[in-house]
Amino acid sequence: MQVNSPNFKANVTHALADARLQKALDFTRPSFAGRRSAAVANLPEFEQLRDIGRDIKNHTLANLDFYLETWAANVERAGGQVHWCSTADEARAAVLKICLDAGARTVTKGKSMISEELGINEHLEKHGIAPVETDLGEYILQIRNEGPSHIIAPAFHLNREDWEESFRKVHTDLPADRVFHERRDILTEARTRLREKFLAADVGITGANFLIAETGSSVIVTNEGNGDLTQTLPKVHIALASIEKVVPTLEDATSLLRLLARSATGQDFSVYTTFSTGGRRPGDLDGPEEYHVVLIDNGRSNMLGTEFQEMLRCIRCAACMNHCPVYFTVGGHSYGWVYPGPMGSVLTPSLIGIDQAGHLPNASTFCGKCESVCPVKIPLPKLMRHWREREFERHLSPQGMRSNLAIWAWFAKRPQLYRLATFLAASLLGWLGRKTGRLASLPFAEGWTEGRDLPTPEGDTFFARYAKAQREGKI
Amino acid sequence: MPNTKPRVALFVTCLVDLHRPSVGFAAIKLLEQAGCHVEVPRAQTCCGQPAYNSGDRATARELCRGLLDAFGGYDYVVVPSGSCGGMLREHMPHLFDDDPNTRARADALAARTYELVSFLTDVMGVKSVDASYQGTVTYHDSCAGLRELGIKAQPRALLASVEGLTLTELADAEVCCGFGGTFCVKYPEISVRMVSDKTKSIAATGADTLLAGDMGCLLNMAGRLKREGSSVKTRHIAEVLAGMTGELPAIGEARGSEGRR
Repeated sequence: MQVNSPNFKANVTHALADARLQKALDFTRPSFAGRRSAAVANLPEFEQLRDIGRDIKNHTLANLDFYLETWAANVERAGGQVHWCSTADEARAAVLKICLDAGARTVTKGKSMISEELGINEHLEKHGIAPVETDLGEYILQIRNEGPSHIIAPAFHLNREDWEESFRKVHTDLPADRVFHERRDILTEARTRLREKFLAADVGITGANFLIAETGSSVIVTNEGNGDLTQTLPKVHIALASIEKVVPTLEDATSLLRLLARSATGQDFSVYTTFSTGGRRPGDLDGPEEYHVVLIDNGRSNMLGTEFQEMLRCIRCAACMNHCPVYFTVGGHSYGWVYPGPMGSVLTPSLIGIDQAGHLPNASTFCGKCESVCPVKIPLPKLMRHWREREFERHLSPQGMRSNLAIWAWFAKRPQLYRLATFLAASLLGWLGRKTGRLASLPFAEGWTEGRDLPTPEGDTFFARYAKAQREGKI
Repeated sequence: MPNTKPRVALFVTCLVDLHRPSVGFAAIKLLEQAGCHVEVPRAQTCCGQPAYNSGDRATARELCRGLLDAFGGYDYVVVPSGSCGGMLREHMPHLFDDDPNTRARADALAARTYELVSFLTDVMGVKSVDASYQGTVTYHDSCAGLRELGIKAQPRALLASVEGLTLTELADAEVCCGFGGTFCVKYPEISVRMVSDKTKSIAATGADTLLAGDMGCLLNMAGRLKREGSSVKTRHIAEVLAGMTGELPAIGEARGSEGRR
């Protein structure tokens, strides 16, 4: 996927001026947060479950090589094949080869963020294979040639009129009087069109929410059932999974599943939770003849052993972005790559480089809401701060900011001079605002005064006033 | 007698020092009313958060090392800010993770440091204040105070004891106002949109006064309210609890407007 993160500020300007986007954001915002809190309130042990989830992931990451090898051996024992891929190029090549070997012309796809990361669709198209997204949101995005703006609700930035407009553009046989008033109308249209694709597909590609070491299974959760049709109808199933998806046992996976849907959509459980262990066995009535897992590193192992290792606990529930006031101001596309919101602001610099993604960890107020809802307790603000440190060390942060910081720090380390400087500043600003108590503009403070008045100081500093009171014996 | 009183060092904070010294005096008054002996160490400047959150760990360390010296030897350190309080309690010790001796001193300081309102209620057992304020107020929970220090019930408990004051809750009291330290000038477009959402909620409460416990958030919200032409007054909660509103204009208001409400 093309990187548009360096243009974050321009993306934001665009997003703030996009009335349709703002309408969709305002419409969705309360429901995400409300559903999660209702689900959490219904499960008294939710807080303990978060600790358990964190511990399962920490244990697995500390022994990642062991669990990946155990998992891979069990996949092969069940008749599946594992393709170990270090880079995105290797992963794309592996997927293409499986598809070509199967003589595939049409490939159905379940929703997968790693597929977006790898740009699987573009790669298949380049080689004459037609990928068809079957998740409702991804389906409309494919029609519109847009990327997802959210990791579990990829097209929530669209309003109903956008859906109708897009359908009419490509489904040219739609009768003019066909109504799209309800969500059901949209669903029916997509379902009808997709049915023939499901039946025609030679290969089905899904993601994986978890890989289970003890059984060699992959797990997907969906609400539409499209994932099941994608992975069971074609003769070949490819699961795309990054290395941190592995967990030791079935029980560990179910503990995390209890956290996942509640954190994501506020459901107790997703509508469909499907475990795939190998392909069709002799005597099975259905299922794919071949089961492949393309296992992808693509930068993640570099995070192991660093302060960013904790990010690999992420189970992609989207609770962080669902509760992020910045995300709901700018929308997912502003972040400029695959993963938006707080989790993306930590993960994206790890995967594409802080020089490309520098804005993302900076565009946070550190309000801490994301960390407070994370089901595996990733300290997202802390990790964003670590990225700011890497940036500062490499002199990547803006020069103006660095100079201001250096001047301020020089004074702050010298209390006597600092007293004098603050006294002068407070006096000057207090004098400027003596009539109104505020300034509508001030040179070098446009960042503040463009959208806000600047309240002016009382006029003397605390320390000046305190010293005076002491001299006068009042304190 | 003075020996039995807890010795409290006031950490004024850079924004109170520069912008609103009266909040520091309100804090002193409240602490003394609660039975504390208050001192203000001269060698303090800033908790280092601007550097810390800008990735300049070395400067943050140096500033915090200065605080360890300035604030050693007191029973408590009290801060009229959840943000600076959170910095000292939750973050500052980790700046010295690689230096066990300093880390131990930092832990000791962190454990003795409290945000003003929660110190009054949780440590000094203050249940009511001797103050009156005629008006309807709403209260914004600043992020660091709320999520790092668990400050939620304490300010409400003390506000309930202020004569004449009615509290109307803000619909999204726990949602960030968009200040975020340097964030507000690094990403002004986002920040202004966030604070505009906040001022909409403030208007919806019908309150005539907005209170919070952090100068950063207060300046941001007051600045936006004034830009929108709102008549809502913005004040630090300590001013109301200390009964000092009569002599002090609200944030962003002209002198002489104290009596108007």
